[in-house]
Amino acid sequence: MSKTTTGFTNKLEIPTPREKLHHPMDRYLRTERFPHIWCATCGIGTILTAFISGLEKSGLEQEKVAVVSGIGCSGRAAGYLRLDSFHTTHGRAIPFATGLSLGNPELKVVVISGDGDLVAIGGNHLIHAARRNIDLTIICINNFNYAMTGGQAGPTTPIEANASTAPYGCYEFPFNLPFLAESSGAVYVARWTALHIRRLAKSITEALLKPGFSFIEVICPCSTLYARRNRLGTGLDLMKFYHDNALIKHGADTREIDIRYQDQIVVGKFVDKDKPTFLQKRDKFLREKLGEKFIPYKGPQPI
Amino acid sequence: MKADPIGVATGNHYIDGDHACAEGAIAAGCRFFAGYPITPSTEVAERIAERFPKVGGLFIQMEDELASMAAIIGAAWSGSKAMTVTSGPGFSLMMENLGLATMLETPCVLVNVQRGGPSTGLPTLTGQADMMQARWGSHGDYEIIALSPNSPQECFDLTVTAFNLAETWRVPVLFMMDECVGHMTEKVVIPEAGELNVIPRKFFRGKKDSYRPFSFNGSDKTAPMIKTGDGYFIHITGLTHDERGYPVINAEAQDKNVRHLVDKIRNNEEKIRLIEEEGVEDADVIVIAYGISSRVALKAVNDARNKGLKVGTLRLITVWPFPEKRIRELASTTRAFVVPEINMGQISLEVERASRGRAKTLPVPHAGGWVHDPNDILKAIEEGAA
Repeated sequence: MSKTTTGFTNKLEIPTPREKLHHPMDRYLRTERFPHIWCATCGIGTILTAFISGLEKSGLEQEKVAVVSGIGCSGRAAGYLRLDSFHTTHGRAIPFATGLSLGNPELKVVVISGDGDLVAIGGNHLIHAARRNIDLTIICINNFNYAMTGGQAGPTTPIEANASTAPYGCYEFPFNLPFLAESSGAVYVARWTALHIRRLAKSITEALLKPGFSFIEVICPCSTLYARRNRLGTGLDLMKFYHDNALIKHGADTREIDIRYQDQIVVGKFVDKDKPTFLQKRDKFLREKLGEKFIPYKGPQPI
Repeated sequence: MKADPIGVATGNHYIDGDHACAEGAIAAGCRFFAGYPITPSTEVAERIAERFPKVGGLFIQMEDELASMAAIIGAAWSGSKAMTVTSGPGFSLMMENLGLATMLETPCVLVNVQRGGPSTGLPTLTGQADMMQARWGSHGDYEIIALSPNSPQECFDLTVTAFNLAETWRVPVLFMMDECVGHMTEKVVIPEAGELNVIPRKFFRGKKDSYRPFSFNGSDKTAPMIKTGDGYFIHITGLTHDERGYPVINAEAQDKNVRHLVDKIRNNEEKIRLIEEEGVEDADVIVIAYGISSRVALKAVNDARNKGLKVGTLRLITVWPFPEKRIRELASTTRAFVVPEINMGQISLEVERASRGRAKTLPVPHAGGWVHDPNDILKAIEEGAA
């Protein structure tokens, strides 16, 4: 019998495990919901892995972390995580998460959603939650297009890139997300790609432990739509592109890190500062104004 | 269960409907409010902003009504009783997440102090033209509960009822005021906390892995809820889902899910129903009205009775679910229904449908901006009696 390069025989022999096989991250996953809906070589699964690593390292109690998603490919992330998880309406993940986080201040609420969801239809909520410094961690998965609906242009599609609603190429100016988040008031801002899995996980840990509004943009390969339409190759080719073109520049001026079509992508941690959260500020302020009359909100009450 | 005394402003007050509504919410145990200013509902938000820090509540003014509605759903899933308040244009924006609240069977209260529409319409003047939007405003099939108070006292009492209904049926409850009732100042008596019946949320206390966030039986047994953060690891989605909350995209799952949303209200209409009837048994004409129009109609009813006409009144307190069975019963014993409302004919269509041709329906439409001239209602009563 011929041996393959991997050393296994060609004959299909599946070894019988002594105990049931399980993935070390299973306790964070709703494995009963697998297979997931994401395409082969999509980066969202990798980003989810980084999220779980980052969450584990943070030491936060699994029970006290909730995930809220909007609509779109990334919006399905909530459905696979074994946390209290909410799949809400298009663009409204952040205000839903605002209610959840303020409603029970013991929680760490994470929003995992896409660029179209968070920045186009949900753009107003993004900037206002950042302005108020609501205690939320936002993981914005940017694949440069609306993938769930078939690859339409969005607020992050680079000029020149093709999309189904930009058949001759996109001519609108895209948002620079870290700049938008920083100027709106975010206390922690980073950008990574789906290739920078270890650094992304570290950023996620930092963001989870940071009180206030933290924002992480993750550039994500979409081989089925964005890459295919622009003839950029497979998901692996996109990962190679990130490898060759991503420049790590911590503390970079967010005004200068626009993403242009098939050009350098500046990644890193750009903002990490301290500012009281909405609730901290509110409680301190009202206590000063009202003195003994002030009764702080203590989470859900028996009635 | 009795109300928490800290939130009950016991005593005699001379306040308007908007303020009374705010007090009703606080008395009912509402401790989370998200809203966006809009005339003529703003006073509700203002009173809550002033009162909440002193009763342990959390007020947040959101960036728009889309966000306000989303935030109260999030807060409700954290375990809090939550409310938002708006008027016409804001009500339109809230329809998106009202659908989510319905789909997720989220108890919460949405107050709409109605003004004249469409669009910006009459920001400062009255209307009752959002009644069909209350029923059908969000896309897809669902049933809803909507209450219509006709005095500041009722703005207090029925806001408590609205929260109780929301908890009982796990449904968003629409509190359909109108500008007249909202801005009308009258005596409002707020009882002792011990005299107020407040229904607490039903929380699940069984084994963690046996919890199901939904129970699709279409009956009055809605599933209990949990508080986010208690380790149940729930998943809920606005997609069509099963009882675990997991998305299932097929016709069978849709049938179970939607049928439950509809049946739990529709099959229990008589349990939910709040109506007020007077002199209907031997009436030739019955005036059906709600909100401020029910008070204007009294003048016309008195005038008609003075002329010797047999007139009864039926006031809709729960406008939705519509008391269809009761209207049909009355249609067999009366000649005509007169339906004055400050719109071009919305609930009158339901009355006409429910009466199945057994009695005439005479709408008395009004485009908004002011209440009816009672003489217009009187004319319709005379026409119905003829």
